[in-house]
Amino acid sequence: VRRGTCAVGVRGKDSVVLGVEKKSVLKLQDPRTVRKVVLLDDHVCMAFAGLNADARVLINKARMECQSHRLTVEDPVSVEYISRYIAGVQQKYTQSGGVRPFGISTLIIGFDKDKNGQSVPKLYQTDPSGIYSAWRANAIGKSATTVREFLEKNWKEDMLEDEVVKLTVKSLLEVVQTGSKNIEIAVMKNDGILLNLTADEVDAISKIIEKEKEAEAEKNKKPGQPSSLGPVPMQS
Amino acid sequence: MQVLIGIAGKDFVLTAADTTTARSIVVMKHGEDKSRLLNKHNLLLYTGEPGDTVQFAEYIQCNIKLYEIRNGLELGTSACASFVRKQMAESLRSRGPYNVNYLIAGASKKGEPELYWGDYLAASQKMPFAAQGYAAYFVMSTMDRYWRPDLSLEEARVLLQKCLDELKTRFIGNLPEFLIKVVDKDGVRIIA
Repeated sequence: VRRGTCAVGVRGKDSVVLGVEKKSVLKLQDPRTVRKVVLLDDHVCMAFAGLNADARVLINKARMECQSHRLTVEDPVSVEYISRYIAGVQQKYTQSGGVRPFGISTLIIGFDKDKNGQSVPKLYQTDPSGIYSAWRANAIGKSATTVREFLEKNWKEDMLEDEVVKLTVKSLLEVVQTGSKNIEIAVMKNDGILLNLTADEVDAISKIIEKEKEAEAEKNKKPGQPSSLGPVPMQS
Repeated sequence: MQVLIGIAGKDFVLTAADTTTARSIVVMKHGEDKSRLLNKHNLLLYTGEPGDTVQFAEYIQCNIKLYEIRNGLELGTSACASFVRKQMAESLRSRGPYNVNYLIAGASKKGEPELYWGDYLAASQKMPFAAQGYAAYFVMSTMDRYWRPDLSLEEARVLLQKCLDELKTRFIGNLPEFLIKVVDKDGVRIIA
């Protein structure tokens, strides 16, 4: 799992965003068939880090469970329910004989209707041991700790959609060497629809981030001594 | 659970289902919707054994949803019809066969309408106009006489009205209210 490509999830006020690092596609490979962000149901989707084949099996089980839940309970799954289910499956395979644990961590995003009928965004993470928990922002896969620290520093309460997207892209850019071409972003808003940002849109956002970074760097250089670092130097 | 009628027009399918739920001589409920939306452009109308019908329809609905989520593709009407027929066939020789007769009405995104008639013996047939239940005995001949290919919505409504009038005159059962839906390339909507 730690060697899998990075995936980031960030929860905002009324939107939740998943960003994944796409493994660089070899020349002959058809890029469309390599999908790392998948729909589990209309209002729930997930990204994973780790062994793709294991993920396929788990995704299939989760999708069937979503529909099965709809059939028996006549209600779509809540994000917590399906996270619990996926975690439960992952745990089962750590306890039976003759099987090995699923080698993936997942980030599950979606919207739930709360008591007042409002749609609330949710982000959950599961890992191979079968633990699941809710997060405000998280990262899995390669360099997850770096990204998580970055997120801890920069996550704010009640972010709007563009800020959430920008934060996701920013955090991925920290660790993705090859730049915005290898980043895939999926945005889910409270109407439940999943939007995949096109490569151009991702590019545009990363350019904005670049500009902001440069502006920051300029500002810090201007007064001659960076005022945010170290003690205030003496004026001569 | 008595009457279903479907008429395929130029780029839509007009469907009508009665809205009563009855057990022998007692009418239990008015305003029952005997259809389930399979996906944006396909509608399954059902009639038959009361528990079986809803159970079967919802089972089909969830399975079609699963297929679409797995494959990212909306299923076309003939694919839906084949799937439903297969499920019917499997249930037929099982412990508890589903006693459900159905119509599947669908329009592709390009607006080509398709209507499938299926029954509890797992028969399935694509038809330009169809009816299930006692209505079939009366209404098929009316539609035989007046249906033409490429009906507009207005003309189809006139034809449907003729069928419903026929039922009112000649059918002993009293069916006061029908739920009429149109399936076309924009989806499914109810019309008065």
